[in-house]
Formats: sequence, structure tokens, C-alpha cells
Amino acid sequence: MAELLVADGLNKAFGPTPALDGASISIDAGEIVAVMGPSGSGKSTLLHCLAGIVRPDSGQVRYEGREVTAMPDRERSALRRRQFGFVFQFGQLVPELTCLENVALPLRMERVRRRAAEQRAMEWLERLEVTDVAGKRPGEVSGGQGQRVAVARALVTNPRVIFADEPTGALDSLNGERVMRLLTQSARESHAAVVLVTHEARVASYSDREVVVRDGRVRDLTGARRG
Amino acid sequence: MVYTPWCTVLGMSIGQTFLGLLESSPRHGYDLKRAYDERFGRTRPLPYGQVYATLSRLLKSGLVEVDSVEPGEGPERKRYAITEAGVTDVDRWLSQAEKPEPYLQSVLYTKVVLALLTDRPAADLLDTQTAEHLRLMRELTRRKDGGDLAEQLICDHALFHLEADLRWLELTAARLDELAREVRSHG
Ligand SMILES: Nc1ncnc2c1ncn2[C@@H]1O[C@H](COP(=O)(O)OP(=O)(O)OP(=O)(O)O)[C@@H](O)[C@H]1O
Ligand SMILES: [Mg+2]
Repeated sequence: MAELLVADGLNKAFGPTPALDGASISIDAGEIVAVMGPSGSGKSTLLHCLAGIVRPDSGQVRYEGREVTAMPDRERSALRRRQFGFVFQFGQLVPELTCLENVALPLRMERVRRRAAEQRAMEWLERLEVTDVAGKRPGEVSGGQGQRVAVARALVTNPRVIFADEPTGALDSLNGERVMRLLTQSARESHAAVVLVTHEARVASYSDREVVVRDGRVRDLTGARRG
Repeated sequence: MVYTPWCTVLGMSIGQTFLGLLESSPRHGYDLKRAYDERFGRTRPLPYGQVYATLSRLLKSGLVEVDSVEPGEGPERKRYAITEAGVTDVDRWLSQAEKPEPYLQSVLYTKVVLALLTDRPAADLLDTQTAEHLRLMRELTRRKDGGDLAEQLICDHALFHLEADLRWLELTAARLDELAREVRSHG
């Protein structure tokens, strides 16, 4: 499979302490990669750099061979809107909109007409088994339902990469498993790659492989062990 | 999934544990038993019969040799040392991942202590085991996906146990320097 997203020797410091210290990773098209590691090791910072949200101090991020780190802001945010989808631990849905409108929002921002956007949004709510909350606002649904709505919203634009940072962090294990099953199943069906940040092994076990971030560096437990 | 019974694992690892202890320094049978009991057999000291049976098996397979013999009677006159072949055997045992199974932390603990004692990379040993556990967890999760509820629950049972092992591996990795100091100060 082809390399889709590559980070090469990323460095990033917030003040004196380095968050990333030469982090490298390569993600193939359609691949689901779990990024594990202790708290504060740099997992979220790595995800933000890969997604073009944070600019590294040095090092490169390449998406389909194009250097994301060198793109003008406008091009980078278009890339994020069209090619990437995001799921965070919580707080990503717009509270004033219904769940259906939330899922339709990324399409509306790409100027898809309301009817067509909401129809596609409804299909995604169906796949994520949450059609019953379509008319409710995020404040009126459970954590597990909210996360499934968030996954639907991340996938509605048919992105090539889903970035998920502790997507089940606020859920109990049964709901967490359900979100993970639906997230990975949907990603596989639409051939989207997933960068899944988690510190939980059971969540990571939905991936194709795991890497571990330690002290701002990415370690492949099986391959680069003695390197 | 096939689980090796615990007693078999224990039986298999006494010989290798002896080798690891002998690699750190040659010892008489009695010293070996004491070192073993202190480190690994606190709740279950080794009977002398098993100590000498194990040693004679190791002698026969050329993994240990008699280093010196003192004058007098009885098996206690002999001091044992590890051979080249023995070191290779310890090397192989420590670098191979254990087949993941519930409650194997004691075997892992033994391996970590021996690695520290013999200046081998204990952190790599923990990484190798972590990778093996994660691999099995991925396999079980995939199996769970296609299975009925019974299958899911059986897999979950294993997954939770493996997760507990992983937490132990993570905690031990984080405290490796501390453990190294403690292990080395007891010689
Ligand atoms: N915006 C920021 N401002 C200042 N420091 C930051 C910022 N973001 C991250 N850091 C620091 O960078 C380091 C790495 O943080 P990061 O959030 O990437 O870790 P993490 O692995 O995601 O941790 P967790 O598992 O707790 O989410 C930490 O020391 C953190 O305090
Ligand atoms: Mg984080």
C-alpha cells in the first residue's frame, strides 16, 4: 500500500520543554494506526502536527507527497476540510445545532445544498446507529451517542484520514467498544486511514498496528526495537 | 486458545533461572537454592531434591560445569559455573517473548530481574512482551467482532487479563531504574 501521510523528524517545543523530539511516522492509505504512550509523551502534539493544526518547529509532514508544513494557511485548511476528519474526546459538536445539522455542517461548508447534505448526514447517522437523536441537540444526548454523532460528522465528507484523539476517553467500556467498532468498521468500508491516539490497550486493539510515543519520539515496538 | 498449565511453565523455567543466577556468579548448590528462594521462591521454596535434579540435568546437557570441588563428602562440595552454551540458552530465553497467558507476571518478573542482574537490556524485554500482548489483543478483538455473545465474552475475559498484564509491563518499565538499583544492591 502507498504511503499517505508521513512525518519526518518532527520537533516541537512549548517553552523550554520539548513535546516532540525527532518524531517520525508513516501511515499507509486505509491503515488504522494506534498511537499509544504515557501522558505528556507528545501523542496529541504529534496528531496536531500530522493534521496541520500545529506547525512543528522543524521537520516535515507530507500528505500524498506534498509538504503540508510548507503550504500556505489557506491551502492547509482546505486540506483539513476536504481530506481529514476529526474526532476528539468531547466538546466538538456545535451546541446550538441539532445532531443532524452537526453532521451536515462539514458538507454545508463545502456548499452542498441543505437537502442533499442532510440526506447524507442521515445515512451516516444510520450507519453509526444513532438516527434516534437526529433532532436533538448535543446537550440532550448521552456521551456515547454524542461520540457516534461526532464519528458520523468526521466521516460524512469521505475523508482519507480520520484523526481521533482519545475518542472513547469519556465513555464506559461498553460504549467505548461500540464507538470503536463503528468507527473502525466505517473507516475500513470507506478506505479511510485512522490515526487513533489512545492510552488504552483495548481501544488500540481495534487498529492494524500500534506505535508508542515516548519522550516525544515514536517507537515501533516490534521493528525499531534495537535500532 | 491453548493455555500452558502454570506448573509446566514453572517447571521449565527453574533450569533457566538457575542458569541466569549462575551467570551472575558461580555458586554451590546450597547458595543457588538460597538465591532462588530469596528472589523468586519466597512463598514456595525449592526442595533440595529438585535443586540437585535440575543441576544434574543442566550438567548432562552441558549448560553448566563443575567449577571446583572441595575435599570431603556429599553433593555440597561442588561449585557450579555456567558454560558458553548455558549463556546462549539464557540469552535465548530472555529474548524470546513468553506466550501470553493469564498470571504470567511472575515469569516476567523473573526475566526482568535476571536481565538486570546480568546487564541485559531489560527495557527491550518489556517492549518485546508488550508487542506480543498487543498483537494477541488485536487478534482477539478481530475474533470478537465476528463472534456471538459467548465468543465475545470469552475474548473479553482474555482481553481484560492481557490488559492487566500490559499495565504491569508499563508500570515496571516506568520503575526499571529503581528496580535495577535494588536488584544490584542485593548482589
Ligand atoms: N499548547 C500547549 N502549550 C504548552 N505546553 C503544551 C501544549 N500542548 C502540549 N504541551 C506540552 O507538551 C507535552 C506533550 O503534550 P501532549 O498533549 O502532546 O501529550 P499527550 O501524550 O497527548 O498526553 P495526554 O495523554 O495526557 O493527552 C506536555 O509536556 C505538555 O504539557
Ligand atoms: Mg493528549
